[in-house]
Amino acid sequence: MGTEDIEIESRNLNLWYGDTQALKDISIPIQKNMVTALIGPSGCGKSTFIRCINRMNDLIKGCRITGKVLFEGSDVYENDVDVVVLRKKIGMVFQKPNPFPMSIYDNIAYGPRIHGTQTKRELDKVVEDSLKAAALWDEVGDLLDKPALDLSGGQQQRLCIARTLAVKPDVILFDEPCSALDPISTARIEDLIAELKHDYTIIIVTHNMQQAARVSDRTAFFLLGEMIEFGDTKQIFERPVEKSTENYITGRFG
Amino acid sequence: MSRAIRGRIFSPDITDKVAILLLWASAAITVFILVSIIGMIVYRGIGVIDISFLLDSPRMSGAEGGIFPAIVGTLCLVAVAILTAGPIGVGAAVYLTEYAPDNVVTRIITFGVECLAGIPSIVIGLFGYAFLVVYLGFGFSILSGGLALMFMILPWTVRASEEAIKTVPGGLKDGSLALGATKWQTIRQVVLPSALPGITTGFILGIGKAIGETAVIMYTAGSSLLLPESIFEPVRALPYHLYILASEGISDEMAYGSAAVLLGMVLLINFIAVAIQRYYQTRSGLRH
Ligand SMILES: Nc1ncnc2c1ncn2[C@@H]1O[C@H](COP(=O)(O)OP(=O)(O)OP(=O)(O)O)[C@@H](O)[C@H]1O
Ligand SMILES: [Mg+2]
Repeated sequence: MGTEDIEIESRNLNLWYGDTQALKDISIPIQKNMVTALIGPSGCGKSTFIRCINRMNDLIKGCRITGKVLFEGSDVYENDVDVVVLRKKIGMVFQKPNPFPMSIYDNIAYGPRIHGTQTKRELDKVVEDSLKAAALWDEVGDLLDKPALDLSGGQQQRLCIARTLAVKPDVILFDEPCSALDPISTARIEDLIAELKHDYTIIIVTHNMQQAARVSDRTAFFLLGEMIEFGDTKQIFERPVEKSTENYITGRFG
Repeated sequence: MSRAIRGRIFSPDITDKVAILLLWASAAITVFILVSIIGMIVYRGIGVIDISFLLDSPRMSGAEGGIFPAIVGTLCLVAVAILTAGPIGVGAAVYLTEYAPDNVVTRIITFGVECLAGIPSIVIGLFGYAFLVVYLGFGFSILSGGLALMFMILPWTVRASEEAIKTVPGGLKDGSLALGATKWQTIRQVVLPSALPGITTGFILGIGKAIGETAVIMYTAGSSLLLPESIFEPVRALPYHLYILASEGISDEMAYGSAAVLLGMVLLINFIAVAIQRYYQTRSGLRH
């Protein structure tokens, strides 16, 4: 693995919720314009890890962090980091589609408005571009004033992706984006991720081994708060070094 | 095994039926009480209600004429109460749910809100008299009465708003924050709009309580039967008017007529509340 073009890098990252340690000494380089998958059994700290990257764990009481998360060369936990700018650059799509109870248009325009885009013309364009990029424009282009909650689950998730794209991030974090979706919607999101990786750096948490194998270039295997193995997806799935990785991938536990 | 099944004195079937019957009876009694009250008031009051009853001023202390000033008085008092209790209630609820640290002070505040809700209205009336009417010099006026009513309904608006805010799914907040919104932007643009139907319901309950309240305004709003020209003038609220008509033996008929109008206003407000709630839910897609 070359060290060129590393967009994000965690170095000796430890995290505690109160007294329990949820992440132990995690060091992972995340390559630019690649899809990095995080796999591992439930409760092993995958969500906790990606929530460190955009500092969503800041909101959790009793959460303590040591180590570094480097983004564009500087530590996101430095005191002078503007969390608003950080989260604008590192978008996040959640497990459960969470469109706001507003129109489709307002959902997409929400981020740009917050970050200062005001004119109708600009917003119209962002909304259209984002929906097109999220492969949703053909389905909802005429329904922009409809409530977002009227959409199907799969459409809602693509709307959430579009909403994230609308603030023009560099990185997108996906936390089990398909776990609430049917196979067809899942396939569409996977296609979308393959498309998006040309323009964005992507990290995806998934419980679905085939999904990790299909969409990702790199895979990290987590177990009980530790990162057990990290490497090219092909290598991890075909020739895992660690026994526990192999056990997990072959479904022998977890 | 079969003895255990057959040995029961009452078969489960019968216990079931008795339970259902009792539950049904409870529901029936509730409805019966409601219907009796409405029926009796409407039956005895409907005779005097016509346009001039609603739109005329009273004559001979209310034995003749209408109740227009009392209707206006009630609406003004409730308006002052809700326009002040609304922002303060939502503000306090947002602070308590989103910002207040989880410590002793916060728990004391929350407990204080509970206590405020438990203070008998006559006591609030007395305090309103001493503080608003006399000390602040607002006199018997819409302002004094409205603010005293606000003291009474504030805990309900705070609590209803808190409940409504707490039921907003955490995922929505995360979604907004993850887009780079600040906490306040998230609260104002996502949390509060999502909580609006619940908050509205709380307010309507507050209005419902305020509109029928007598003890609080008796000492604060005055008992003038003239139309007010500003919030510094006294008014007589509808329930107080009804109380005077009945207790001083001025006119039973007029008292029931006033009661029927009061009842109508409360029902209308509830109806509007439901309509508003549906409107928001349909618009946001929370309901179809
Ligand atoms: N807010 C929190 N407070 C305390 N402990 C937490 C919190 N969130 C997660 N944990 C704990 O941290 C550990 C890691 O949780 P995390 O959600 O990161 O796991 P995960 O790998 O994403 O699991 P899943 O696959 O089920 O989503 C778990 O033991 C969990 O109980
Ligand atoms: Mg998780």
